[in-house]
Formats: sequence, C-alpha cells, structure tokens
Amino acid sequence: MSLFNIFNISGSGMTAQAQRLNVVASNLANAESTTGPDGKPYRAKQVIFQTTTFEGQPGQGVRVSSVAEDNSPMKMVYDPKHPMADSKGYVTLPNVNPVDEMVNMISASRSYQNNVDVMNTSKSLLLKTLTIGQ
Amino acid sequence: MASRIDNMYQFHQAALNLRAARQELIASNIANADTPNYKAKDIDFQAALQGAMASGGNRLQLSATSGGHLDNGSDPHLYGTEVLYRTVVQPSADGNTVDMDVERAQFADNALRYEASVKFISEKTKDVLLALQG
Repeated sequence: MSLFNIFNISGSGMTAQAQRLNVVASNLANAESTTGPDGKPYRAKQVIFQTTTFEGQPGQGVRVSSVAEDNSPMKMVYDPKHPMADSKGYVTLPNVNPVDEMVNMISASRSYQNNVDVMNTSKSLLLKTLTIGQ
Repeated sequence: MASRIDNMYQFHQAALNLRAARQELIASNIANADTPNYKAKDIDFQAALQGAMASGGNRLQLSATSGGHLDNGSDPHLYGTEVLYRTVVQPSADGNTVDMDVERAQFADNALRYEASVKFISEKTKDVLLALQG
C-alpha cells in the first residue's frame, strides 16, 4: 500500500532533518569552546544526506550517511590574557560561523515542517480511504 | 453481475492506485529536498492511467521464490509505468533538482484528486446499494 510507504519516507526525512538540527545546536553551543575532550578546539560539523531505498517501493527516503568535520581554518583571536593563548598571545577559537548555522537551522526547520505536512496529508487520505462504502 | 460491479470499479481502482503511487514519489522528492545530486521524479499520469486500463487494470506479479528467477520489472502500484525526471527550472549548485514550490503544489493537487476518486467510489457504492435495496 503506497500511502503507508509515505510514512517511512517522510519519517526518514524528519529523522535526517532532526539530526541536522542536532548538529547545528552542537555547533552553536560550542562556538566558543577552546578545548574538547582531545584537548583541541571544537571543529564545526556538517551532516551529509544520502538517498536510501526501502525494499519493494519506488519512492526513496533520506538518511544521514556521515557527519563530516568542517576543514576551514580556525578563528585566531589575539588575547594574551586568555589561559589558552599560545606563545604569541593568540587563542584558537572554533571555525563555527553563527550566520551559516542560523541559515542551516531555518532550512532544516522548514524541511522538517514540509515532511510533517506530507505525513498529515497522507494520514487524512488514508482515513478518507477507510470511509469508502460508508 | 459480480463482473459488472467489478468493471464499474476498475477505472477508479486503477486511478486510486496510481494516485497513491504518485503521492509516494512526490513525498520522496520532498524528503530529499536537501540531498545532493537527487533528481526529482514523477510519472506521466495520463499515460500511466491509459496503460493501466489497456492492460486490464490489474497486472499480476510473478512471485520470485529463488534468486535465479527473473524480475518482470513492473512495479505493482505503477503498472509498469516509466518513472520520469522533472525538467529543471532553477538548477542548484549541489545537483539537486527538487523545486519545493512545484512539489508542494503537485502534492496538494494529487491529494485532492485522490480524494475525488475516493468520493467517486463511495457514490458508486451508494448507487449500487440503492439499486439493491430499492
């Protein structure tokens, strides 16, 4: 039944977008983290989306294939009083760009809402189908 | 008499099946709106419905019980209809061709037409009941 498959597809979309939102939250929360568990400053992370197929159905879902680290240069700030400053007085801050993250967040939220709408429409169509013959 | 009733429903049954399959394709387009290199898909509904009616409304699937069995290549919901790719209006840098405006509009349109088919079937059922009960 095709309409039931939509729940799988939209569900996978919602999971993927929620994961993206999760990564955005982590990036924004760690925008000033000068040390992580490995002693190095935090690096911005990005999710990578990939299509995924469900057995026996033509539609494709989406999944997060991996979480990649952003390789752009870290932010260097001159602050000799900072405890993490190097010998030249520079502090290495994470390469998180708050503007990029906010844009990413809005995009993830809109895509999530689209998937919710698709799911609601499919649900109401299924309920209408159940009323055939009544 | 049973076959007369069967014939009466055949067209709307095929239409409903195709609408549900198309709904699934559009749902996967919406779920994959942010997946790099994903190409938006759709079917030519008119051609698909004509093909479905020409093949008698129902195409039986051969069951594959061994790995050596050949797949007859037809999707039970799509009646062997070819899945086409959408023409790109505004290409994006990541190779994704999903245009959310088009997809949302087509999704709403398809949902409404699905409901119309459900309504037609319900009304036909009421007609049959009326004829039976007098």
